[in-house]
Amino acid sequence: MKLRFQGKRITGLLSVVPRHEQSFVEDMKLFNFPEARSRKLMEVMGYDRHRLVEEGVCVSDLAVAGLQHLFESGKLAREEIDALILVTQTPDYPMPPTSNVIQGRLELKQDLFCMDINQGCAGFIVGLMQAFLLLEQPAIGKVVLINADVISRKTSPKDRNSYPLIGDAAAITVVERDPEAGVIHANIKMDGMRREALMIPAGGMRLPHSEQTALLEDVGDNNLRAQDHLRMDGSAVFNFVQVEIPPMVEGLLEQGGMDIDAVDWFLFHQPNRFMLQKLADKIGIPHAKMPMNVVEKYGNSSGVTIPMAIVENLRGPLLAQRFQVCLAGFGVGLTWGSMLMELGELGFCDMIEI
Amino acid sequence: MSKLTDILQSIRPESDFTQSSDFLEDGLLDSFDMVTLVSSLDQAYGISIDGLDIVPDNFKSIAAITALLGKYGATE
Repeated sequence: MKLRFQGKRITGLLSVVPRHEQSFVEDMKLFNFPEARSRKLMEVMGYDRHRLVEEGVCVSDLAVAGLQHLFESGKLAREEIDALILVTQTPDYPMPPTSNVIQGRLELKQDLFCMDINQGCAGFIVGLMQAFLLLEQPAIGKVVLINADVISRKTSPKDRNSYPLIGDAAAITVVERDPEAGVIHANIKMDGMRREALMIPAGGMRLPHSEQTALLEDVGDNNLRAQDHLRMDGSAVFNFVQVEIPPMVEGLLEQGGMDIDAVDWFLFHQPNRFMLQKLADKIGIPHAKMPMNVVEKYGNSSGVTIPMAIVENLRGPLLAQRFQVCLAGFGVGLTWGSMLMELGELGFCDMIEI
Repeated sequence: MSKLTDILQSIRPESDFTQSSDFLEDGLLDSFDMVTLVSSLDQAYGISIDGLDIVPDNFKSIAAITALLGKYGATE
């Protein structure tokens, strides 16, 4: 589906990462696997260290800390926020919505549109689309989009398929109307037929959590995982990305009447370095235009990785300059979407640790 | 020993790749080893194997890998 927006832009970005950092070398001790082979994997996939929340830390804790930082530093006024969108796969509770939890903890006004969206690695794209749609309403002048996940709490430390790459984080993106902002081209596709490629099987109504779903099972390749944990079919996901993402990005560039040279930065979801390199080579994107350093420094935090890639690599320049950027997210659902926009002259672009 | 066998041995020193016609089926390589192998082949032969070619059938035997390398103009 092709979408088009106009008169809206991102005006601020903040990433929030937990202070606790764990190295892949430490992770290796948890795997039932020869160290030499783990080290080879580390080099190829770009694993080095990741940020993980301490026990008991929830999505709303990351979001509240980030918003409080913005309020206290004068970068955002609480009464300005007309809508709060939270994109997460790891809500504080099944009900109420965690966006309402954040509203309540921060004592935000009642005249506020709160919304939770259950999305993962394409969650920044989906969240931005929703923010742009809300900004069509005259009553809504400023939207706060929060992408946040504490996926480490749903990942088996003994699963070499997923544990070394995941990370916990949040990102707060302020989106506003701007009559002078140019056209934003976007596209999105979803395929629920492939929903089981990325899944946490237990814990919902279909398969409620129980002693049985918490039992670790040998799932092959010496990996141990429970049904309460994240399950990732690595081969299926890799194939999905290599098949679907190049035509999506090429279609978006065509939609926007641009070629690769006209785009300053390709800021993609950060699954791992190997997958991104293969994607860049297939589309013909110079590696220098596509940051791939988020997994090695922070881990893959699902929908947070695109804003994380922006803040990590461009936080200084984005305060003064504007760039033509191509964003792309892909993952759970399956869902894949991309966006071509001008990004820059931000009011803030920063990262904090909590 | 050939360059290709050297690369395979460096990934799994304990495996005898000459005695198998299906490395993945026989447990000589797993899916992560395949990723390591692709990266090693890219570097050793100065190529970039297309993501769509990264499927088990292309890495199941010396003959299959040699055929894949041939597709990219790389020879032993």
